[in-house]
Amino acid sequence: MSNTRRDRAAPVSRRRLLGAGAMLALAARPATAQVLLEADLREAIARWCAGAQPREGRVTLDIAPLVENGNAVPITLRAASPMTEADHVTELAIFNERNPLRDVVRFTLSPASGRAEVSTRIRLATTQHLVALARMADGSVWQHTVEVIVTLAACVE
Amino acid sequence: MARTLIHVPPSPRRGEVIEIRVTIAHPMETGYRPDDQGRTLPRDILTHFECRYNGRRVFAAEMHPAIAANPYLAFTLRVQDSGSLAFTWEGDRGFSQTETVSLQVT
Repeated sequence: MSNTRRDRAAPVSRRRLLGAGAMLALAARPATAQVLLEADLREAIARWCAGAQPREGRVTLDIAPLVENGNAVPITLRAASPMTEADHVTELAIFNERNPLRDVVRFTLSPASGRAEVSTRIRLATTQHLVALARMADGSVWQHTVEVIVTLAACVE
Repeated sequence: MARTLIHVPPSPRRGEVIEIRVTIAHPMETGYRPDDQGRTLPRDILTHFECRYNGRRVFAAEMHPAIAANPYLAFTLRVQDSGSLAFTWEGDRGFSQTETVSLQVT
């Protein structure tokens, strides 16, 4: 029967197709999980960076991935640094994507801080990306992007 | 005068890195919320905070409307000498308040 040949061939090609699809999905995901941020957020970040090119790493923004109440969301901002006169974090900043204003907060640190670790509570209008930035004494800028899901939004900021 | 809560460890050792936690009672009105008549409430937020350790600025924060009401801040400080810690908040409508805490280093 002509049907038999097609039946025998079909599972192989289907498997190949699925396999190829899986490989494609893996390849399409970049290792650093780069996300495309909104233009005005990228602008706000670029203004803060003042010419420096932010790199991924050294700074982490600690926030619950699922936020139930956007009115007061606890966050902790940390940066890996020995905090000496020669090598310390001078500034930390957080920017957001979907609140009325891109700025959230900016911190100025000094070697007297001992550790680069600051906590506060913020408002989140909706599900969005947050970007944490750290500026080091040598002028380098480091970045960490986090996506947060907000189930109950803050009353419009 | 707004009510403040300031937590500084009681007797840190020289060279120790301590965590300081501060809260101040303030509505942080964003300037985007309508009242029950539908009129937008004017912005009234705290915009700046700083901590001075024996007169030297060791930590500062620039706050925006995205900071939750009753701003809470926790930051670190490496203590060297006994002395004073001065915390200052500044904001809209000429808000300015300073609280001073003495620090005994052992």
